[in-house]
Amino acid sequence: MIANFFIFFGLIFFFFGTVGIIRFPDIYTRLQASSKCDGAGTVALFAGLIIREGFNTFSLRILIIIFFLLLTNPVSTHAIARSVAIRKIKPWRKEEKE
Amino acid sequence: MNSITVVISILAVTALLTLYRVIIGPTAWDRIIAVNLISSKVVCIMVVSALLFRRTIYMDVALVYAVIGFVSTIAISKYLEREGRRDK
Repeated sequence: MIANFFIFFGLIFFFFGTVGIIRFPDIYTRLQASSKCDGAGTVALFAGLIIREGFNTFSLRILIIIFFLLLTNPVSTHAIARSVAIRKIKPWRKEEKE
Repeated sequence: MNSITVVISILAVTALLTLYRVIIGPTAWDRIIAVNLISSKVVCIMVVSALLFRRTIYMDVALVYAVIGFVSTIAISKYLEREGRRDK
């Protein structure tokens, strides 16, 4: 029950992250959608799998993968945002009415 | 139809939808962002399929795939940050 709730939560995050990456108009906004999808979606999905599985070698390895993803996902997101900002790409603004 | 199979198919469909942004993305950063997202989804698919087939070695493959995706994202974004020059 709780495990299925966590897995469903992670899949919801994945779905809306995908919709955001298709629909959003700018690099920065797409980066935000992608980082939410990476961080919250994977961790919620893996937490649901751990609760479903109990304590054995599978859940221990899933814990190692969660630790690695929590270290690396913000770092890669920040590296992409830094390279976009250094190249002086302007954020998207809504066009004014003429 | 198992519930794990449903999870794998939903993840695969969202990865295919993300591929749309890789194909049409206007700049290189859009493509990097989308490829990063696809690699994290593939890691999720590998972990879930390791639970489906009860093989522990798929987890190691997922971990190595995550490492390779992280290193490639960092390398390409540093390359684009310096506009391909070696100095700075």
